[in-house]
Amino acid sequence: MTDIYQAHILDHAQHPRNKGTLANPDVSIKGRNPSCGDTLVLELSFLNGTITDVAFDGIGCAISQAAASILSERLRGMTTADAAKLQADDMYQLLGIPITDSREKCALLALRTLHDALGAETGAPKNV
Amino acid sequence: MDIVAVRKDFPTLEHSIAYLDTTASSLTPLSVIEAMDEYYRTYRASVHRGLYSDAERATRAYEDARAKVATFIGASPTEVVFTAGATASSNMLTYALEHSRQWNEGDEIVTTVMEHHAALIPLQQLAKRQKLALRHVPLGPNNALDYDAAHSLIDARTTVVSVMLASNVLGSIQDVQRIARRAHEVGATVIVDATAAVGHLPVDVRALEADFLFFSGHKMCGPTGIGVLYGKEALLADLEPGFFGGGIVEDVTLTEATWTRGVERFEAGSQNVAGAIGLGAAVEYLTAIGLPEIHEHVRGLTAYAQHALSEVEGVQLFSAPPEHNVGVVSFTLEGVHPHDIAEIAGRNGVAIRAGHHCALPLHHALRVPATARASIYLYNTEEDIDRLVHSVKEVKELFGATTAI
Ligand SMILES: Cc1ncc(COP(=O)(O)O)c(C=O)c1O
Repeated sequence: MTDIYQAHILDHAQHPRNKGTLANPDVSIKGRNPSCGDTLVLELSFLNGTITDVAFDGIGCAISQAAASILSERLRGMTTADAAKLQADDMYQLLGIPITDSREKCALLALRTLHDALGAETGAPKNV
Repeated sequence: MDIVAVRKDFPTLEHSIAYLDTTASSLTPLSVIEAMDEYYRTYRASVHRGLYSDAERATRAYEDARAKVATFIGASPTEVVFTAGATASSNMLTYALEHSRQWNEGDEIVTTVMEHHAALIPLQQLAKRQKLALRHVPLGPNNALDYDAAHSLIDARTTVVSVMLASNVLGSIQDVQRIARRAHEVGATVIVDATAAVGHLPVDVRALEADFLFFSGHKMCGPTGIGVLYGKEALLADLEPGFFGGGIVEDVTLTEATWTRGVERFEAGSQNVAGAIGLGAAVEYLTAIGLPEIHEHVRGLTAYAQHALSEVEGVQLFSAPPEHNVGVVSFTLEGVHPHDIAEIAGRNGVAIRAGHHCALPLHHALRVPATARASIYLYNTEEDIDRLVHSVKEVKELFGATTAI
């Protein structure tokens, strides 16, 4: 079995990047993983259609925390249009580990919350 | 209790799993599987309607199962309703009570912060629909219920009191009789969620002074999809059905229906005959081994697990003392989310559960977002616990190694 707890995952989980809150976010949205009660708050700032700043906070397993951390790094500087196009497969690629059915919700919590956030901001359809 | 013989009764154990997830669902012994198999193979028929011999035999087996379950909980067969499980029992009971009574705004329901969502949410919804106040007995010292608070919360405005016999997170056994006495002093109806307790402790509905009590078959060696709602005979007699359909009616016109007497009134539609037969076989199986023997075995392993886990630095236990515990050992490990503990244990063939175990308000009261839960039953061994502890140490090493970076 390929290990999902690879060094980069554990590193992101234990030393998450962009964890915390923004002073004046344009959008702040809560995501939930109902099967385990994990919560995530994702905050974004925009300028001219580009994500200028990002932060997340919450509690979850190593996979959900690492996913939020890795995604947050990817998002800064991205256009909201491109961010809205990110798919589950992109998230799996960013994580770089095999995601089984039982961890899918953990791996995708941050991405789902992002889509909710962009839906709130841009009116784009939620496509996850 | 002969543990070697017991383990041979459970075919799932052949693939060397350390099964520590009984509180979610127990394993099934061969005798239960065979009883259901026999029904499907040799006298497969619906109950209470057919006039041919297989249907008569099926009906007898179904009613025998009811009688066995009744004896098992100290009730009479006229007080045992078969349902699809604890959740179905709880929902049906709530609807039945709602249809059967006059509710006044400001009436109160008292329950506890430790309830399972299956018991809590139907009452929340009832309270919303009927504009009742829902009150919760808090935890006292050592995460036991605060009985003094219960005493004062239950007062003249209280109409229903709901309490769980054993906690599916803490393993603790509540003093249901004490709460029931107070409830009856003020004329309230007592509902007991015995799902985590039945099959672990001798449960006697009269000793508990319960008005209604429910549980699932699949946590006590029975099959999935069958459960029980017990109701005191005099109370069932005045209760409207919770579900409507065939099999419960005395007479039906285009606009009206009247109900049969007795428990059939609460068993609308074709029933889970194999499930009931399987549950009856589970009761026989547990009775033959003996609940006191089972509890003693579980008590010993619970003590062993609590001790071994507490030796691991960073482990915090949320588990009642072994003497008053149905074999549930919940814990957290500092710096690691319980899901990651359960995942790594799972790879090592150790089945435990992580999350809030359908008791979110209890986790809020305990001030943890989630716990890992090992639950112990008659087929477990010290080796199962050793494998768990080994996995927890592995998790600690894995996560500890990078913390140092
Ligand atoms: C204490 C308690 N009550 C109720 C339930 C609900 O049982 P079921 O899911 O079988 O309906 C459970 C099981 O999760 C439980 O542990």
